Amino acid sequence: MNSEAGSTVPAIMLEGVTLRRNGHVVLDRVDFSIRQGEFIGVLGPNGAGKSTLFRAILGLLPEVTGNIQVFGARPRKADRLIGYLPQMRADLLDADIRAWDFVASAQHPSRWGLPIYRGADKREIDEAICLVEGEHLAQRPLSALSGGERQRLLLAQALLGNPRLLLLDEPLVSLDPRHQANVVALIKGIQKRRSVTVLFTSHEINPLLGALDRVLYLGGGQAAIGAVNDIVTGPVLSRLYGMPIEVVHTAGHYFVVSAESGVAAESGAHHVCL
Amino acid sequence: MFAYDFMRTAFLAGLIVSIVVGPIGYFMVLRREIFAGHALSHIGFAGATGAILFGLNPIWGLLTLTVTGGVVMGRLGDRVRQRDVAIGIVLALSLGLGTLFLHFYTSYARQGTALLFGNVLGITPEALVILAVLGALSLIALGVIARPLLAVSLDPDMAESKGVSPALMAMLFLAIVAVAVAEAVQVVGILLLLSLLIAPPAAAARLTCRIWFAVLLSIPLALLVTWGGITAAYLTDWPVSFWISALAALLYLISRLLPSFLLDGARKAA
Ligand SMILES: Nc1ncnc2c1ncn2[C@@H]1O[C@H](COP(=O)(O)OP(=O)(O)O)[C@@H](O)[C@H]1O
Ligand SMILES: [Mg+2]
Repeated sequence: MNSEAGSTVPAIMLEGVTLRRNGHVVLDRVDFSIRQGEFIGVLGPNGAGKSTLFRAILGLLPEVTGNIQVFGARPRKADRLIGYLPQMRADLLDADIRAWDFVASAQHPSRWGLPIYRGADKREIDEAICLVEGEHLAQRPLSALSGGERQRLLLAQALLGNPRLLLLDEPLVSLDPRHQANVVALIKGIQKRRSVTVLFTSHEINPLLGALDRVLYLGGGQAAIGAVNDIVTGPVLSRLYGMPIEVVHTAGHYFVVSAESGVAAESGAHHVCL
Repeated sequence: MFAYDFMRTAFLAGLIVSIVVGPIGYFMVLRREIFAGHALSHIGFAGATGAILFGLNPIWGLLTLTVTGGVVMGRLGDRVRQRDVAIGIVLALSLGLGTLFLHFYTSYARQGTALLFGNVLGITPEALVILAVLGALSLIALGVIARPLLAVSLDPDMAESKGVSPALMAMLFLAIVAVAVAEAVQVVGILLLLSLLIAPPAAAARLTCRIWFAVLLSIPLALLVTWGGITAAYLTDWPVSFWISALAALLYLISRLLPSFLLDGARKAA
């Protein structure tokens, strides 16, 4: 559906990929390819397989068939090239730990020994915190920070090691619209400055409209990738949701609604009880 | 009170146990594996009484079962709810088994009491050497895994994406906890173990959010509790374990009453 990636290898390429969880098929024979430097919004209803796709790209999913390549290599080989922001588990981040120490803990975590950060390592941590504009948070305990502030620290962690690919799993969840816009702008700025490839999952497309190059829409075990205008349409989404969907495009926003009930299909409300 | 050998030995044992228990307890609190630590001590009870039954030094039975228990618990994975049910059942079963073993050898009831409530005043110089060696080994092991352990404790998904196995870390850490438990049991006994393992690091984490500082601060706080407990017992003739549990509770209470992160300087911590 899209032209070849040119001279460089694609950041991510999937060929005939099937992903399962406990034997249950999440994505079924999916193909797509993402060019280096692209900003991809990964969308789809709850349970569509966005987080599962990320785990597969990281090489952490045991049940994978087909061919996944990350910068031309098998997933686990690309470890160092990927920065990962996991979907936030709020309970986990409620620790009496200094924000700086929290960010630092993501630096070379597979090395043995004591976590001591000096010289270049320390500067890299400071720089990552600076990139997410979190200097004023650095000395405070995580337990005293808001959800959005914690998200920024998770992003700082993902930036350590100067990754070529950022997998950001729902960084906008639990943020109000103003903070959503800030986080998107922040990530867009980092993407441009460091020319990294970004995969950004979200429930909602609207906050990402100004930033994304293409969307990858998941649903019903299928995937569709392309420009927003080509993908976020009634026919494509009806196929992915497995039910009639209408897309209303107005005032620069997209509204995805179930054609039958008029309920907003995004944010998981596509499940209709008769 | 230092005129007595057993008092000097008790203070030395308190010192060793505090140095070991402070840092390990800090990670237990961070990882919310308090219940697992509690259960390990009960599993150790079955091991120790079983060893007595076979005429062995109880510490080896204690150590064997706690370390085995720690590894198995680590393998149960991180589904806390299911895991806590399994741990709780094994905990109770272990206490039951220990009671059965003691029943066969009624003459050892005193040893049973020592296990349950601790007997720091009865520690022999040989036991002190074992304490020191085991303590050093467990601290070295903790130092070796500290970096991946910290990462996996704070954000398992991120750590896993960078090649750290959360399951392996859980197993290794609980094996280390098992050794710390076997140590602390000598001082406070099985039933009161949690006070010594949890209160000093939890208080330290209330006082500072800097990880390194909190880990190190756990040690003098644990020492305050153990030495304070031994001294108070000497002066009052009440049991050491009572004093240790009381001082631990008091320490934690004070840390909760003080402004949070007091040692990090004045800053808003809403
Ligand atoms: N840890 C897990 N074990 C088993 N199945 C899972 C697990 N996590 C998710 N799933 C299943 O995989 C499917 C995709 O989930 P997920 O990738 O989390 O979706 P999304 O991130 O798009 O909301 C869902 O059907 C979900 O029930
Ligand atoms: Mg998800």
